[in-house]
Amino acid sequence: MPDQLVFAMEVFLNGLMAGVLYALVALGFVLIFKASGIFNFAQGVMALFAAMTFVGIQKGQVPFAHLINVIFGTKIHHFGWELHSIIAIVLTVGVMIILAWAAQRFIFRHLVGQEPIILFMATIGLAYLLEGVADLMWGSEIKKLDVCITEGVCLPQGINIAIDEVTFGWFGYGFFIDNLDISATIVAIILVVCLILFSQYTKHGRAMRAVADDHQAALSVGVSLNFIWILVWSVAGFVALVAGIMWGAKSGVQFSLSLIALKALPVLMLGGFTSIPGAIIGGLIVGVGEKLFEFAIGPMIGGATENWFAYVLALIVLVFRPQGLFGEKIIERV
Amino acid sequence: MKDMPTETITSDGRKIGGLLMEMKNITLRFGGVKAITDISFDIREGEIRAIIGPNGAGKSSMLNVISGFYVPQQGEVWFRGAKRPQMRPYEVARQGVARTFQNIALFEGMSVLDNVMTGRLNFVKSGIFKQAIWAGAAAREEAENREVVEKIIDFLEIQAIRKTPVSRLPYGLKKRVELARALAAEPKLLLLDEPMAGMNVEEKEDMCRFVLDVNDEFGTTICLIEHDMGVVMDLSDRVVVMDYGKKIGDGTPDEVRNNEAVINAYLGVPNE
Repeated sequence: MPDQLVFAMEVFLNGLMAGVLYALVALGFVLIFKASGIFNFAQGVMALFAAMTFVGIQKGQVPFAHLINVIFGTKIHHFGWELHSIIAIVLTVGVMIILAWAAQRFIFRHLVGQEPIILFMATIGLAYLLEGVADLMWGSEIKKLDVCITEGVCLPQGINIAIDEVTFGWFGYGFFIDNLDISATIVAIILVVCLILFSQYTKHGRAMRAVADDHQAALSVGVSLNFIWILVWSVAGFVALVAGIMWGAKSGVQFSLSLIALKALPVLMLGGFTSIPGAIIGGLIVGVGEKLFEFAIGPMIGGATENWFAYVLALIVLVFRPQGLFGEKIIERV
Repeated sequence: MKDMPTETITSDGRKIGGLLMEMKNITLRFGGVKAITDISFDIREGEIRAIIGPNGAGKSSMLNVISGFYVPQQGEVWFRGAKRPQMRPYEVARQGVARTFQNIALFEGMSVLDNVMTGRLNFVKSGIFKQAIWAGAAAREEAENREVVEKIIDFLEIQAIRKTPVSRLPYGLKKRVELARALAAEPKLLLLDEPMAGMNVEEKEDMCRFVLDVNDEFGTTICLIEHDMGVVMDLSDRVVVMDYGKKIGDGTPDEVRNNEAVINAYLGVPNE
């Protein structure tokens, strides 16, 4: 097999796994958009906030330590314990649920029935508010994130030796594939399967689909819109936590994490704002597309194509299919 | 009407019981516009009650008051012998008031079966964790709900389209699916907002038959709005007539038909 082809295969696989992470972020957008028509600009910041909260709780940091110290003249920073990762995840989920409730109670409940652009503006406000709160709560330094089930059994990092050896045996060239990417893919698959089971087979999942489809009809069968919106924001918060942990493990928990929301935009434009499979496939297309393009065309035009490729691809798709590849077709009857 | 005995048997042998719902002096305003002015009427258990009137008479507004979508500025709603506190539409639905809409509000993205199943949402008692592990109780509950739904689907003769996405159905069938969803909630009071509007004669006849059958088979109390006078007179036990937000008549179809105010509203005041 020619070397170039083998290399392209490796690039393809890496692209798929990068795509999974894009898809995870896009998924959070789709959930909220479907149920409430809100394009949640704060989804990226929610991932950052979730990751920071997770690390903070896990490392036993005192929340709002700086504020407390300034007001009371104390010098506390640390509770002096480290929590198990699972407990930290559960507690962070709790925090995300409180956040969902607060967003609904103090912001979006007052904006029901407003224009989409106003709701969008509100989420921009929420994004910056949340970024500020995250900073105040946990401090702004870059944090290392590791998830360990037990002592020594952690989220794996580094090159997968087994794949490296097997592919070397086949092609005379070892694939470099990060263990973290593999586990992110597995986690994402589990997450998506759980989401689908939840929305298809449980009472609240059905109610969620009902609200996503028609508010008035949902009310008439006894579904509380407010409750479902809090539920959806909580689920989106959970998805944000998963995305935050995966990205955080990859590149450390830092404020640039909130920018992954911008990477999710072309994914949404490709997949459509209303389709969960669309978000996943859109993510994969963007991941694979940008890696392969950089590999094949990049050297001819000076590289760094990953910065713009996804957006241009999305723009081209928009011209031909404004609803995205998988979005619901908008047909107005005349 | 007030001296009506608590229980009567109609000529076709149906039993009509005591008061189910009472509207007392309802007034509803939108800004400066009065949609409903001081209207009172009641609905008895087991009857078919119609609200009629010309366009813009406030019929739909009345139905929206009953189902909690509109909150009246004045007046009281009494349901099953107790004054109803201010409620949101979903709370009213949970009390056993199901409804259909004039412009059809179905879940367009779901199949007919799924649409009707949403009517059973409030009968699902198992929590998320119970359902997550699909324990026996949750599965049994699902089977029970499914059985009720299949019965209703049979009853309304929509078996052939059970798996069809609602968005592909013609108008008349959509109306029938909406009725099925409302029935799935086993309502104590069923509100139908113009169930026959926009239908052809054949579809109208079908719908009439279903309304009568539902009332007959399940003993469901029905309150409906309709334009077609002929339909209303054939279907209903008692009729409320509204015009410009006011009640101008209330009684059996025969009484209403001969009411001068009603004739004037429908045919215009005769030129003297």
